[in-house]
Amino acid sequence: MTINQSGWRPTTPQAGEAAGATSTGNRALMLEEPLIFEIGSTETTGVDFAEAPSGKSRLAGLDRSKPIGLPGLSEPEAVRHYTRLSRQNYAIDLGLFPLGSCTMKHNPRLNERMARLPGFADLHPLTPVDSCQGAFEVIHQLAHWLVTLTGMHSVAMSPKAGAHGELCGVLAIRAALDAKGEQARKVLLVPESAHGTNPATAAFAGFSVEDIPATEAGRVNLEALKARLGPDVAGVMITNPNTCGLFEPDMRAISDAVHAAGGFVYCDGANFNAIVGRVRPGDLGIDAMHINLHKTFSTPHGGGGPGSGPVVFSEALTPYAPLPFVEKQGDQFILVEEETAGEHHASSFGRMVAFHGQMGMFTRALTYILSHGADGLRQVAEDSVLNANYILRSMEDVLDAPFAKSGPCMHEAIFSDKGLPEGFSTIDIAKGLIDEGFHPMTVYFPLVVHGAMLVEPTETESKATLDQFIHAFRFVAEKAKGGDLAIKTAPHYAPRRRLDETLAARKPVLVYKEPERAQAAE
Amino acid sequence: MRYLPLTPTDRAAMLATIGAGSIDDLFVDVPEAARLDGPVHGLPNHASELAVERHMSALARKNLAAGDVPFFLGCGAYRHHVPASVDHIIQRGEFLTAYTPYQPEIAQGTLQVMFEFQTQVARLLGCDVANASMYDGSTACWEAITMARRVTRRGKAILSGGLHPHYVSVANTMAKFTGDRLVTSLPTFSPEPDTLDLIDQIDDDTSCVVVQYPDIFGRIEDMSALAEACHARKALLIAVVTEPVALGAIKSPGEMGADIVVGEGQSLGVGLQFGGPYVGLFACSEKLVRQMPGRLCGETKDAEGKRGFVLTLSTREQHIRREKATSNICTSSVLCALAMSAHMTLLGEAGLRRLAELNHVSASAAADRLAEIDGVELVTDRFFNEFTLKLSKEARPVVRALADKGILAGVSLGRLYPDAPELANGLVVAVTETTTGEDVETLASALEEALA
Repeated sequence: MTINQSGWRPTTPQAGEAAGATSTGNRALMLEEPLIFEIGSTETTGVDFAEAPSGKSRLAGLDRSKPIGLPGLSEPEAVRHYTRLSRQNYAIDLGLFPLGSCTMKHNPRLNERMARLPGFADLHPLTPVDSCQGAFEVIHQLAHWLVTLTGMHSVAMSPKAGAHGELCGVLAIRAALDAKGEQARKVLLVPESAHGTNPATAAFAGFSVEDIPATEAGRVNLEALKARLGPDVAGVMITNPNTCGLFEPDMRAISDAVHAAGGFVYCDGANFNAIVGRVRPGDLGIDAMHINLHKTFSTPHGGGGPGSGPVVFSEALTPYAPLPFVEKQGDQFILVEEETAGEHHASSFGRMVAFHGQMGMFTRALTYILSHGADGLRQVAEDSVLNANYILRSMEDVLDAPFAKSGPCMHEAIFSDKGLPEGFSTIDIAKGLIDEGFHPMTVYFPLVVHGAMLVEPTETESKATLDQFIHAFRFVAEKAKGGDLAIKTAPHYAPRRRLDETLAARKPVLVYKEPERAQAAE
Repeated sequence: MRYLPLTPTDRAAMLATIGAGSIDDLFVDVPEAARLDGPVHGLPNHASELAVERHMSALARKNLAAGDVPFFLGCGAYRHHVPASVDHIIQRGEFLTAYTPYQPEIAQGTLQVMFEFQTQVARLLGCDVANASMYDGSTACWEAITMARRVTRRGKAILSGGLHPHYVSVANTMAKFTGDRLVTSLPTFSPEPDTLDLIDQIDDDTSCVVVQYPDIFGRIEDMSALAEACHARKALLIAVVTEPVALGAIKSPGEMGADIVVGEGQSLGVGLQFGGPYVGLFACSEKLVRQMPGRLCGETKDAEGKRGFVLTLSTREQHIRREKATSNICTSSVLCALAMSAHMTLLGEAGLRRLAELNHVSASAAADRLAEIDGVELVTDRFFNEFTLKLSKEARPVVRALADKGILAGVSLGRLYPDAPELANGLVVAVTETTTGEDVETLASALEEALA
């Protein structure tokens, strides 16, 4: 045996053969992770309890005697399982996430800390009202900011998400029309460029949906709209700024025409981020608009919710707003719900959710709003618009930008797949961007632009990051235009290659079945 | 401003690239009259992290947090101990700051969590399949009613008096607009839920019967006979679970024949949070899956044959179907679903059963203690961790008086049913593993005093 007295070890890497597959399927830091059903067991637990005291069972003979099939993991195993899974996700914390219309901005950690204060996080929704005045004050303060920033008359805080907010607004319109004896107004006009939730919401509330024609410049065609208004029209649902990233310059005229014809104006406020602090929707004649707190006011998206969608109302719709809401009477905050509505709010269309809404999102949004203040929020709009225009003008020589000639965009820039060679499409550019380390933009939406690519950088990106993104975006777009077949099979470096969605839908596997159970089922 | 990276130099350089003279040039489409010339009036300007923390902390201190006092509130929101690692996991930036997994190659973390969650929820509720979550229990309940209408093509839903009054209220609101007919009733102080009444009301127009289990008074009852009665008339049985921990001790609704099981998942992993965000649960039998609302994650393979997960059956959803979608829902409650799923994973079946046992035995002991008090009557002898007491006087002022003494005694039925004087003496008391024997003693003494 020789002792390595000098402590020698190899310190100079050598170039050589490319490696084959690994035995584990892992690739260094890129780790495969099985399902909990494959690694856990029903006896394992990561939680310790005190011994249950002896006591009488009152379970009415309903004891759950059959196995449930819930595997457990010890704490170290559980932490590792979820940490490994987390690393297979792209996130704002990792890089630019330019999903148009989704507003993926930085989520400040102060918001998280404030939402976790025990006075908010460990507070029961049915705590006697005198013992949760601070919570009502949060709701009241946030409501004040939302009403003031939008120049509207009131706000319903309880809707749970954007689409739920749309429903809230549309139901208020229905209730207002019904109260006036205008049951015959059953048509809501919705542009083709709208989010899919708009027509789905309108249909749910019993409206029929008709299309509003657009101009060549991607805006609502005012004259065509005016021509369609009449005694059967309940109103319009318009997104402003719209889903092409453009402001509707005729918004005031649209509102006036709709009002003159006896209808109401719903504004999808998903894109409020672009105008907060610079434009008040109330000045544009809007009757109802939802605000996605998870977009404009930075509450985290969490992989697909929870959201929060308060709805601001004009004076005309305020009496119909849903229950419950918080009111200040003298020094006290009171909760107006079924019980007290009779006196204060007799025309309300009713309750949309149990309890009072997304309190955890309210604390985060208020924290964010107080941090930015009126001046900072104005800067938010300006920087989000500046960043989007910077991308628009840095890309328009490579990709077709259908509305670039008509002027600047708002907070998002839109491109089409025009000019890509046969066999190449928007999806290839999106998947190519994944390999470059960026989350792709929104693709194939809105429907009015062929092969749409909707890029929303948000205001929380630095110029350096935008420059890196533009460089990568140009590189990938050039590859597509040059017919580089390698991007047809991108991504090559992500945890998974392109996934078979057709297979998933044809033979849906929505829950795990243990191999023996799966076999038995066949 | 700490969240805005652009410097004045950056802004000037970028405007030059764009070819704009000033930022105002980018807002040219906004009509002159609608443009604000400065920050919105009447609102303060930006503030430091420290200043905001002071402001918010002062507001938080005005509230009586559950953990600071003897605490017995339930009725749709329950306080359980959440392991520290759950909060750590949901604060991983890769989960917290991700979007809906539209690009599955770089969202397998969220998608696998959804798939595991769907499986855990389906097994817990005793159903074949579950979706990736809804907004909350009350909206999931309404969605189940509309799903039953689509499946049966009938418009009448019978809601048990034991269903949470907020859930009933949500359904009533929505039905006003959709034309669904709802048959509702108030609960009564009977030891059993209203199962027999419900069975009597089922007819050939009935799309579904909706029962809560345990119900709003905490009562539990076998729903097999009700399921049979529904199926005999080709109606669906919808079960609503607002306390999923119960299913670690008592039979699942699916085992007893429920066709759709919805619920509120808050009590596992999510916390009280003054009512939201919570996590709606939605499960059903396999044959109904294409009528199901909400997001679904499914297993598939990638181009190299490796297992992976994607959002699937999206042809039901609004972004594809628009006005023909099964629901207008676009978001689910994935981060809360992750919290619930992680809590269930940490518990495992053994842990969940122990947790449920601890809840039940503690509640049973508390019920015995409180029922000894003069002027207190225990309404039912069949419950899990929540039971209803009938007091000798109106419960709401009692709850108020005890709160002033620093005891959160339970939910008075006067709060939930302000228009039902016959229920005014009812007090619903929840007891979980977080309740100590000392807490129960404190409540008992205070209640003795208040009722004397």
